[in-house]
Amino acid sequence: METLKIIGAVITLMGSIALLLGALGLVRMPDLYNRIQTGTKASTFGTMLTLFGLVFIFPGWTGKLIILILFVGISNPVSSHVLARNAYRAGVPLTGKTTVDRLAEDMEKKNVEPKNDAQ
Amino acid sequence: MNIKNIGISFLILFGFWLLLNGTFSTPVIVTGLIVSLIIPMWFCARCDVFADMRLTPKAFFYTFIYLFVFGFELVKSNLDVTRRVISPKLPINPGIVKVKTKLKSKMARLILANSITLTPGTFTLAIEKKYLYVHWIDVQDKDVEAATKDIVQKFEKYLEVIYG
Amino acid sequence: MVNTILTISVVLILLSILLSLYRFIKGPNTADRVIAFDVMTIASIGLIGLIAYFDNRIVYLDVAVVYGLLSFIGVIVVAKFLEKSL
Repeated sequence: METLKIIGAVITLMGSIALLLGALGLVRMPDLYNRIQTGTKASTFGTMLTLFGLVFIFPGWTGKLIILILFVGISNPVSSHVLARNAYRAGVPLTGKTTVDRLAEDMEKKNVEPKNDAQ
Repeated sequence: MNIKNIGISFLILFGFWLLLNGTFSTPVIVTGLIVSLIIPMWFCARCDVFADMRLTPKAFFYTFIYLFVFGFELVKSNLDVTRRVISPKLPINPGIVKVKTKLKSKMARLILANSITLTPGTFTLAIEKKYLYVHWIDVQDKDVEAATKDIVQKFEKYLEVIYG
Repeated sequence: MVNTILTISVVLILLSILLSLYRFIKGPNTADRVIAFDVMTIASIGLIGLIAYFDNRIVYLDVAVVYGLLSFIGVIVVAKFLEKSL
């Protein structure tokens, strides 16, 4: 019983370390898109691990903790995707290290084609 | 077609209700049954979200395998991002690549996009019909076909069986 | 033993909230601030779970569910707003 609780506590500790690293990535990364990469997703993983560790400590709480884990896991990719897409459309710049940008190339093509049709 | 939608929505809502309450007393179960039957019949009369889902034993089996593959990828890529954040030189090589998917159903594309987003290192920036624009923190292949092989195929082969 | 480990996790989560607060204050534009806000609320959900452990009350987990819901809606709304004007 006691060992199970310690296992849960260690999982929770790993989750909080992941949260800390996610926040560190948020501070260190050069542009918005890389911040989303490290920030929101490492922190989602960290919170899921933190809550999963509590399942071992309080088996009676399993139902609500599973709901929270599923909710965080489903809602966060959606919100970060929507934010990144709309920020890209609003023109938030990419970092200078960026190697390739297929979306900009394709958007350019689309903007050019209707103009040609109009002329 | 619609029976399937209402049935799956009912199961999800009822499961959510039971998990949220945490007890199995009669009033709780009866209330949950009634409410989670009324809501899909009222709001889901014409929706087709789950219409493409296959309910064969093989699909269930592949759902479990998919969850395992996904969990493994999640842990692996989190470790990878951790390495990038800690190392003092910040070894990133970001870019937006274009990948192609064979999946036709909307729900399968949604799950694919969410899986790509939740495994750190890649996230979906935009979806245009069968092409996905993916922001990749460490670009290895700029070509459409090669990037598809690297990012999409590990998830796609399971989702293809679960959905059409 | 368990209490000690969980106290360390609380400290680490508070540190991560402080780090994202730095990005929230400094962030060059609105989208960066929204991302910092998102990380702060997600970390707070884990923190509420740990507080529920220390007080031994399951009711706090309901607070965490509602908190997550509000943060999700907040991020979506600000993202919609960003698309129209910035």
